Amino acid sequence: MTSLRATDPLVEPAVATPDVTGPSRRMPRIQPTVVMSVLVLAAALVAAFAPGVFTSYDPVAAIPADRLTPPSAEHWFGTDYLGRDLFSRTVYGSALSLQAALVAVVFALVTGSAIGLLAGFVGGAVESIVMRLVDVLLAIPGILLSLAVIIVLGFGTVNVAIAVGVAAIAGFARLMRAEVIQVRTSVFVEAARASGARWYRVLFRHVLPHSTGAVLVLATLEFGTAVLSVSALSFLGFGAPPPTPEWGSLIAEGRSYLATSPWLTALPGLVVVAVVLSANRLGRAAGVRRKAKR
Amino acid sequence: MSDPTPLLRVRDLRIAYGSAADAVRGVSFDVHPGEIVAVVGESGSGKTTTAQAVIGLLAGEGRITGGSIEFEGRDLASLSDREFRSLRGARIGLVPQDPTVSLDPVMRIGPQIEESLRIHGRADRRAAAQQAVEVLRRAGLTEPEQRARQFPHELSGGMRQRVLIGMALACSPSLVIADEPTSALDVTVQKRILDHLGDLVRESGSSVLFITHDLAVAAERADRVIVMRRGEIVETGDAATVFRAPEHEYTRHLVDVAPTLQSGTARMRERLARMADVGEPATAVVVAEALTKVFAVRGRRGPVIPSVADVGFVIPAGRTVSLVGESGSGKTTTARMVLRLETPTSGTISVGGTDITRLRGERLREVRREMQVVHQNPYASLDPRMTIEDIVREPLDSFGVGSRQERRTRVAELLDAVALPEAFASRKAAELSGGQRQRVAIARALALKPRLVVLDEPVSALDVSVQAQILELLAELQRSSGVAYLFISHDLAVVAEISDFVGVMSGGRLVEFGRAADVFLEPQHPYTRQLLAAIPGQHVTDPRLPSSVG
Repeated sequence: MTSLRATDPLVEPAVATPDVTGPSRRMPRIQPTVVMSVLVLAAALVAAFAPGVFTSYDPVAAIPADRLTPPSAEHWFGTDYLGRDLFSRTVYGSALSLQAALVAVVFALVTGSAIGLLAGFVGGAVESIVMRLVDVLLAIPGILLSLAVIIVLGFGTVNVAIAVGVAAIAGFARLMRAEVIQVRTSVFVEAARASGARWYRVLFRHVLPHSTGAVLVLATLEFGTAVLSVSALSFLGFGAPPPTPEWGSLIAEGRSYLATSPWLTALPGLVVVAVVLSANRLGRAAGVRRKAKR
Repeated sequence: MSDPTPLLRVRDLRIAYGSAADAVRGVSFDVHPGEIVAVVGESGSGKTTTAQAVIGLLAGEGRITGGSIEFEGRDLASLSDREFRSLRGARIGLVPQDPTVSLDPVMRIGPQIEESLRIHGRADRRAAAQQAVEVLRRAGLTEPEQRARQFPHELSGGMRQRVLIGMALACSPSLVIADEPTSALDVTVQKRILDHLGDLVRESGSSVLFITHDLAVAAERADRVIVMRRGEIVETGDAATVFRAPEHEYTRHLVDVAPTLQSGTARMRERLARMADVGEPATAVVVAEALTKVFAVRGRRGPVIPSVADVGFVIPAGRTVSLVGESGSGKTTTARMVLRLETPTSGTISVGGTDITRLRGERLREVRREMQVVHQNPYASLDPRMTIEDIVREPLDSFGVGSRQERRTRVAELLDAVALPEAFASRKAAELSGGQRQRVAIARALALKPRLVVLDEPVSALDVSVQAQILELLAELQRSSGVAYLFISHDLAVVAEISDFVGVMSGGRLVEFGRAADVFLEPQHPYTRQLLAAIPGQHVTDPRLPSSVG
């Protein structure tokens, strides 16, 4: 714990300043679940970018003699119907799944924030029109919207990522607009305007830096959701073509052997659950910390 | 003071917040029955903390680390929460500082009072409603039956404070703690409320522990004054004596710096003399004519009430014009129209001869070179993420004044002009105190060498001693740079210190405008006379006063 405290960005310095104005607003202490989440996500990220660290098996090399062996010391997650090492496939699968989720979140973050910033900063009719369009986006269930986008763009991991990203734009746009409106009316923004600053200067020097915090917290939360959505779409077969491993398609492949070899679905599924929960926990912790800081 | 049985006896009280150094360091005082004791001090002096300890409501991590508080012979520190609750409200009443947040917004006034009556067994369910109305009547509210049915937001600040005073006195406590009871209120309302509180207390024979930052109010209302500084008592004594012949250096300083009408009048004469020397300046920086502002309320029919109606005045170069008025009088809206942060509904503003009433975009931005602003709250007006240098340099950057190096030099000059050390340039605003921040805001406003600076209540968020420094600084900068000020304030004493011309606003209209000396010494309009009469501290020179409170 001690070594983690030094490096973890979520660890807060001890606050000892007296707060006379109201009830105690000290930074919340770091919790063990948050530490666990950091560890899980760190492991997942290492797996995504350097899978060789975790496994020496080739994810696509099939050894038919060893097909459908249950988890053992040799094959931690067992082997699949072609005798491929499932652990290695899960590890290599994290590359596509996490990268797709990352692309999705970044896409949604950039597009959504730009839309929200425009609406909040310009105001008036532009704001009304843009925000009503965002409301329309919100009215369509996310997975349905993603499917529609994929049908238009075609199959493939990048398209899955964009499709998931499109579904998340609305949330970012709304949050960003709310934050921008709040900052725009603050006194220091008025002071900058009254001192003769041009609009773009006000926007980039004052409004933007103050409105990104909440949006970044939302991004961590959305990352978990994106992992889930990407997996769901690849489960349905919209992702990368076989034999490339992807979390969703791994779960889908195991379905036919659910009665005899349940680990084929259960173990990759548990990995997805762990990553999604970790991202969620971390996002919430960041949100709480942000509130405490105010 | 030789009374053997004080109502409240505080001995060597020490209070700390968390692990920080003590906020209150060994405070001892007595409050005798029927006595009004004022605790005076600037922010951070520990006056509120002391009061909170007496009523057992220390905020956050505050705890008593030493000493004793005896009330009616019982040691308060040893009481359990339960025992304290039966004391609070019944034996010790509290009038809180901010009437806008101290009432439950979703509960009608009547039931809130009934609640406290019933908790202390002063009334049963049936009688409570009637008694609540009686409490409101005694608190001096008109139509108390109707008030009891209203929600807090339907009442003005002054009415809400009356409700709170009524609640504090409802169970006829022997001690009332009033924590800055009127600092959020307008000066005329403040006078009425304090008069009324004085009457009520005298009738009931309660003692009052009166917490305030305003020495004049304390001297006028209290029997005895305790002056606190940095958690310690520096002086205590008879109110009139402390005010007229302070012994401690700090008290003397407080008395000296507190703007009063007397000191203001002296300054005005000085300025007047100087004005006569120089002669009337020929040029006007700002000419405002028939300014009117109507804020559109969506979905509301019927006649609209203008926030500002038909206001006109001239600001001569290098002079200070002040607009005074109570909240809602339209003084800030007028200033914002001059700055063109609001566009007038009708009327014209010209700056340096150019009509700016309808300017937009780049041409409006160009005009901003000539007029800058200092906001009321220095905690909100500086971007917390930027360094002081970036903040002060921003106007120079916006107008592309000089080279990079020249701008840096200019920032150093400006910091020097507002008496801030050069090392502050690399600090963030959050590391500075309120007075220092306001200096930064002034430096920013002067960066472009404007002809006019609008000062919107620039000292009302600051402690008195800091107030005096900032006013002094403003006057000095005006002498050296020849800038004109439009000074917005609710505080007539402050206005008297700095103004050449004064406009008095009420209900959106400029009811009186003229040379400061004329307005203060021979006020024409009845409202001006009312405002002047409400300034606290005028009667303190009257030797009879402190005993006849109210």
